[in-house]
Order: sequence, then structure tokens, then C-alpha cells
Amino acid sequence: MNNYDAIVIGAGHNGLTNAAFLAKAGMRVLVVEKNPYVGGATVSRELHAGWKYSNCSYVCSLFRPEIYNALDLGRHGLKVIPLVSSMTFKQDGDYFGSYSNPNIRRHELMRHSQRDADAAIRFDADVMRWCRLIRGFLLRTPPDPGSFRPRDAFEFAYLMKKFHELSESQLYEFIRFFTMSIAEYLENYFENETILAHYSGGSIIGTGLGVYSPGTAYVLLHHAMGDVDGNVGAWGFARGGMGAVSGALASSFQAYGGEIRTDAEVVNINVSGNRATGVELASGEKLSARVVVSNLDAKRTFTKVMNEKDLPPGLLQRARNFKIRGSSGKLNIALDGMPTFPSLPKDSSLTLGHMHFTDTLGRLEKAYDDWKDDRWSADPYCDTLIPSQYDPSLAPPGKHMMTVFVQYCPVEPEGGWTDEKRDQFGQTVIDQIADYSPDFKDLLLHAEIRTPRELEDEVGLTEGNIFQGELTFDQLMFNRPFPGYAQYRGPVKGMYMCGSSTHPGGGVMGAPGANAAREILRDLKKPDSTPAEFSDD
Amino acid sequence: MKFDHTHFRQALLRTPFHDRFVELSTTEEWMAWNTYKVPRVVDKLPTEYFAVRSGCAVMDLTPMEKYRISGRGARDYLDRLVTRDISKLKAGRVTYVVWCNDEGKVIDDGTVFQLGENDYRLCAQHHQFDWLLMSARGFDVDIQVETHDVAALAVQGPTSWSVLAAAGISNLEQLKPFGIADLRCGDIPVTVSRTGYTGDLGYELWMDPANALQVWDAIFSVQGQYDIHAMGLSALEMVRIEAGFIMPGFDFNTAEATIRNGYDRSPFEVGLGWVVNLDKGHFTGRKALLAEKSRPAKRRLTKIVVDGNKPVGEAFIYDGKNGKQTGEIKCATWSPILKANLALADIEFINGRLPAQLWARIDYQRELKWHSAWAECHSHSKPFYVPEYRSATPPMRY
Repeated sequence: MNNYDAIVIGAGHNGLTNAAFLAKAGMRVLVVEKNPYVGGATVSRELHAGWKYSNCSYVCSLFRPEIYNALDLGRHGLKVIPLVSSMTFKQDGDYFGSYSNPNIRRHELMRHSQRDADAAIRFDADVMRWCRLIRGFLLRTPPDPGSFRPRDAFEFAYLMKKFHELSESQLYEFIRFFTMSIAEYLENYFENETILAHYSGGSIIGTGLGVYSPGTAYVLLHHAMGDVDGNVGAWGFARGGMGAVSGALASSFQAYGGEIRTDAEVVNINVSGNRATGVELASGEKLSARVVVSNLDAKRTFTKVMNEKDLPPGLLQRARNFKIRGSSGKLNIALDGMPTFPSLPKDSSLTLGHMHFTDTLGRLEKAYDDWKDDRWSADPYCDTLIPSQYDPSLAPPGKHMMTVFVQYCPVEPEGGWTDEKRDQFGQTVIDQIADYSPDFKDLLLHAEIRTPRELEDEVGLTEGNIFQGELTFDQLMFNRPFPGYAQYRGPVKGMYMCGSSTHPGGGVMGAPGANAAREILRDLKKPDSTPAEFSDD
Repeated sequence: MKFDHTHFRQALLRTPFHDRFVELSTTEEWMAWNTYKVPRVVDKLPTEYFAVRSGCAVMDLTPMEKYRISGRGARDYLDRLVTRDISKLKAGRVTYVVWCNDEGKVIDDGTVFQLGENDYRLCAQHHQFDWLLMSARGFDVDIQVETHDVAALAVQGPTSWSVLAAAGISNLEQLKPFGIADLRCGDIPVTVSRTGYTGDLGYELWMDPANALQVWDAIFSVQGQYDIHAMGLSALEMVRIEAGFIMPGFDFNTAEATIRNGYDRSPFEVGLGWVVNLDKGHFTGRKALLAEKSRPAKRRLTKIVVDGNKPVGEAFIYDGKNGKQTGEIKCATWSPILKANLALADIEFINGRLPAQLWARIDYQRELKWHSAWAECHSHSKPFYVPEYRSATPPMRY
């Protein structure tokens, strides 16, 4: 029987981040992963010979530069190349493009609405203000507002200080921002329906919410607060696909002496005398450790790999009711060449970034309505990218890889998922793209189609929810995943959580993993190996 | 302005005068102004500076944001928008204005041209259409962007009137400062205002872009008789500081673009208290400005002369040599006319007053090596340089 200082369950990016910081602090750490490969939802796989798919997460922005730096991920092979645009095709043959060059961006806004071009200045400043506020909390453990321990009081004071940096009217606006729908929020700024649709898309990605659902305005931040080299809001491609992120993390972890075991599914976290003692694998093998960290989502952690009798009933009740609704699908497509988009002028740079095909808020809301009725959207919202235009490692020369994130896709359509239904869902998406690219279908060599069923079965995300739990106010900060459990500690001693179910939530950030490592090291009275946040004054 | 699908191929727009600047540019130093490509320096900076102060400089003003505001409610609308009392503005006159948001922070400054009854042009530094429309609710007013539909040239300097007269724009001699006249240049209609951003004698010409090059050519056709130079924005920066003019968005953050609380500024704080009329009736920001007026001043954008000749770039201001940091320089120039370092500095007040002493800590390079020096600064209440001839009507003939 092997003895470890810590066992981390799940080799997702947060599990690996957590493990790397523990190993960096000198602990003997094992990561156990049920799949034959590492990465969780941050993975790239060759499912069609010669093509590499980022099967789940597909772009990189939120990953904290502090972690990148502290774990030396650049020398472990990670390169994040900034994306230069995003765009929305219109049904009338036109399109709206958002360019990284500020002058071109302004002209494109002016092409659609002179007023919106000017309002964008106000919008950018306001969103940046909320981003700056939230970014200050990403690498910090949320305070327990009910606690009087000095550290909680200090962290709560920090939180209050951050809010005090806002003016009175800004504070009111921020509270509104947390609770509003993205559609209503954007309507404070923009009037052009394509511009409204374009900027609202990021707020529904991964959520079981529609553009008019309260709480979606905040989700915008999870797509706007990342940065690539200080350009806040910018997105990037990890060269080699998202697997390069987990690959670099794994390599860093191993360089600190960490061990990874794949094909090792944990079926139980062993508890003895209210203390975690190790894990039991599906093979029946038992591994012991002082510390057990779960990278799984909170619902899965407490309802699947812990024995219910080891848990406080109140926690179990919260775990069962944790809001973690699957709403997303994914297509990964191998293409025999670069598809053409006749709406775009020759040499347009807009194929290099995000491409969307939903040009009104009404269509976005209808796509959501389908999901509520347990159907996949007949007219889905797709976030489409062709990263092989930048990245030579994803497809053979002249060939391309397309990633299509699809909102909305039900956890279970009426009668349950079958492979046939999955393919019908995929066909809906393919048809939508083909509406804007006539040669697309001819170029299609292979498509991997993923519904919440595949995401849950393969990755282990409950219901296939990409954020490991909705990013709504009731499940954020000191309420994430549940009140009283927001500081990464589980209900039994030596058991911790480090996944996106914990603060600050989903997106390939690494912050939950690093924050959890800090708490574990603190409990073990070991020196903190996690980085302090970069200043954002 | 109409953009087609290929606008992305060229990030910067070209003004109607662009071809002439290309012909004259020896430096090929260009910069962006309101997404237009304009010269930083056309040929030689000292020549362009002295053209303003000694001869005649011609500058492209087209990128300046221009809004046409008309309708029965136009005057009431503008009076509500800006802090200054413009109820007595007459057709054919221009006035300098500043406008604020509800919190009394400056959104922008500019000039109001009354072109006729119920017909105004508002010139602004920044993009204002969104704010102008938001402010228009309840007013019988029509607001159009005419930035790209009106070409504009600044013709500035002591010989500017003589140049324009020689170029065929007659009946200009009686035009007073801040006056507007609809005239002709040959047979081309040109609106001329006696305005500028240089502090010198000068005019601004407003025309149909289709006629822009003909007007330009008419002016430069008298180059044999007068010393005329096309001018870039670097020379403008020098003369506008000498003249004591501020530039929102550069000397201080404009309210709508401000992210950090407290980084925006009120008109009082940027030295524009003289255009705030709290007695004229309600206007946007008045409540906040009334409250601010009742409190001791916190800070002021202050004109300062910095002793010595070290090049003043970005520098902190202290309340004494080795003292406490109390402000920062926002813009500065060496004045070739005054042989002095002039600057605008954002200075925190102590007990509602400017600190008794002001010192700048100047970091400067000599042959790539950095040095640091203290220089005492002296506040200056008036514009640094105002030649008397600038307001003479008729202007001095050359």
C-alpha cells in the first residue's frame, strides 16, 4: 500500500494545478485519473488520424498568468496565441465583426450604428470596471462573512475595500449587474440588434439560462475578464489545443516529483473517524493519504465518490440540489480544406476568431426555449473557431480543424439520448454552418459530436455542465459551491475540493486549484507555494 | 459616413486634404486622430511652430467630431447640455463650452457655433453621439453627425488674415473673434469662423469635402507672397499649451471612459470654473457642481512654469524639494517664444489651496543615460502666451 501526502482525484486543469503547487511545496502527491489520458475537460485528442481536437474547452483566456508564471508553464511547452476577432453572421448576408484594432472596431460599429460606436466607449469602461473588481478576488479564498476569525475578517475587509473603491452609483450599478439579464444590460448601451446579439453570446455559454434570464449579465465577466498578456478581454489559442495547458501542468507537476496514474477511477473517498484516509479505486485498490482533494464537481464529489453516511445531511441536501445543469454540446470537425464564407470579403481576418450565426436576441431566446422543453435548439447558438489557421499542430498542411461549441443541448431529450439523436443534433449544427458556408459539407471529413451525455460519461462533469455548477449569484463567492464550504475544505478533515465548483468558478482559470492548494498548505503549516495575484491597480 | 465591407483593409480614414499632406510630408510621421490619418510632423517641427507664431500655418481639422443640432428646441437643449449660459448666443457667433454627466464630471469640451436660427454646430474632441442622443429626450431637436461631411481647415498665425484675403476670401476684415461668416473662396462657398486652438490670430474654414482641395490649393497658391506651412499635431500641442488650452482625454480622463472611481474630473478641477454658470437654471450636472462648489477645492489642473531647461515629460509634482507627492504633469512643452518649460499639472490642494511650493522631479535622458533633477514650478493663472494682435479687428495687414 502506497502512502502519499496527498491524492488528487481527477487530472483536470484544476486538479493538476492543485497537485503541482502541493508538489512544489515538497509534498508527495499522486493524481488519479479515470481516463487513459490527463486533462479532464482541458484536453486534445486525435480521434481522426492527423487531426487533433480540443474536445471540450477550446480557447484560453482566463488561465491566471500568475499560475502560468509560478509553475513555469512556458518552459513546459505552453504557448497562448491571442485571437484577433469575433464576428456574427447575419441572415441577410451581412455580418458584424469585432476587430482587435480599435480603429477598425470603431468603423465596423459605425457601419452598423453610429450611436452604438459611441456607446461602446461607455460599455467598455463599465465592463472593465467590473472585470477589475472581480479579478481582484480570483486568487483569493472567499471570506466566510459569518465568521469572526481574523483571516475571514481580513478577507472580508479586503472585499469591502474593493467595493468601496466604487462610487455610490457604481456600487448600485454593480449590484444590478450581478442580477440582471445580459439582454437588459446591453440594452443600456446598444440599439443595433446584431450588436446586441453579438455581445450577449458570451453570457449564455455553458449556462442553463437565456439572454433574458436574470444573472446572465454577470456571466459576461467569465468571458471578458480573462486576458492575454495584459489585454483584458482578449482570448487566445493554446498551441497544440487545450491539451497543451494540461500537458504543461502535468509536466510541471512531474518535474516537482508528482506522480500521475491514469485509468484509475476513484469509487470512494475513504473516511475514518471523520477524517479522510485515502481513496479506493474501481480496481479495488486502496491508496492512503493525509490529504484527499477532489477535482470533481461538488455534486459528483458528494453524491458519487463519498459515502453518504460520512456526510452531514445538510451538505448532502445542498449537493443533491446543486444547480449544475447541462446545456451545451460540442462538435469537433476535421476539414479537407478551408471552408469559404461568401458573406465575408476576400482576405477578411474574421475567420481567424470566434464565428457566430445568431444575429438577434429573439433567436437566442428561442434557442433557450427549445432547451427548456428538453429539445436541442433547432436554431442553436454556435461559437465556431478554426484554430488550425494559426496552429500547425492540429491538422495536416492545408487541412483544417473546426471547433463548434453549441448552446443549447439538453441533458436528456425526451426518451433519452441515442446515438441517432446525437447525430441528428450534430446535423442541426452542420446545417446551420452550411447555411453560411456552401462548401462546408463537402469538406467535412469527420465530426465528433458531443452532447451532455458524452461530456458526463467521458469527462465526468455532472450533466455535462462546463462550469461545474451554474455561475449564478446564489452559487458564487462564499456561496460556491455551498455556504460554509467555500474555503475549499470538505466536511471531513483532510478532504478538500479544487474544481470549478469552488470559487471563482468555471473557465480554464486554474484559480480554484491554486486557491485550494493554498488552504491545504495552510492547514498543514507548510510554506505557501502559490503565487500572489499580479497587481491590477 | 458609409463604410463598405472592406473598410478593415485600412484602419485609418483619409481626410479630403490627405493627398496634399502626402505630397508635403517629408517626415512621413503620421498618427491617428479620431480614426483619421493625420500628420504628427509634416516637414520640420520648429518651422511648423513658428508658422503659427510668425507666419501662417494650415492644419487639417476634419477629424474633429462635429454635430449638427437643429430644431425648435435646439437652444434649450444645448443650454441644458452645457454648463455655460448660451441663451444669449447669437447667430454668427461661437462660444467655448464644456459638458458634464449627472455626477458633474466632464464628458468633453468643445465649441458651439450658432449657424442660424435653431441651427447649431457642436464641435467636440471625443465621440459624443450617444451622450447627445441620451440628453435629447424631451427636446424638439434633431442631431446629426457631420464629422465626415464637413471638411475643416485651421489657418492660424499673424498673417492668416492676409493669406486668406490674398487667396480670394474677401470680406473677412470685420470678422471679430468668435464670429462666423458665410463667404466664398473664388466661387466656392466656405464658412469661416475666427476661432482656433493656437492662441494666435487665426481662422477655421468649414466646407463641403468635395471642394476641400480647391480651397487648400487657393490658400497655397499665395505661398510665393506669404510663408505658409502645413502643420502637424506636434506643433499644435506646443502652441495650445502656450495658449493655455486643455485637452480632455489627454490632460484628464473623460467621464464616460473612466474606469477607476475618482479618475474623472469636474470642470472646476480642470480650471473651467469660468464656463460654469450655476445661476442659469438647470443643466446636466448642476446639482453635483453646486455641492462641489460648497466644499473646499480638492485639486486643480494648474498651469505651471517649470524652472530650468530640462525636458519635462512625465513627472510627479511635490510640495517641496524632497517633499510629499502632490500631483503630476499631464502635458508639457518647451516654449521657443518664452524660452521656458510650460506644463499643465494635476495638483492636489492642501486645505482647499494650491500648495505654497511646487517642485517637479524630472527624469531625463542624456545619451541614453537617465538622470534625475529637481525643478521648482510656478503656477500661472493666465494663458502663458497671448499676443495682443490676435484680437485686433481688422487684423494687422501684411
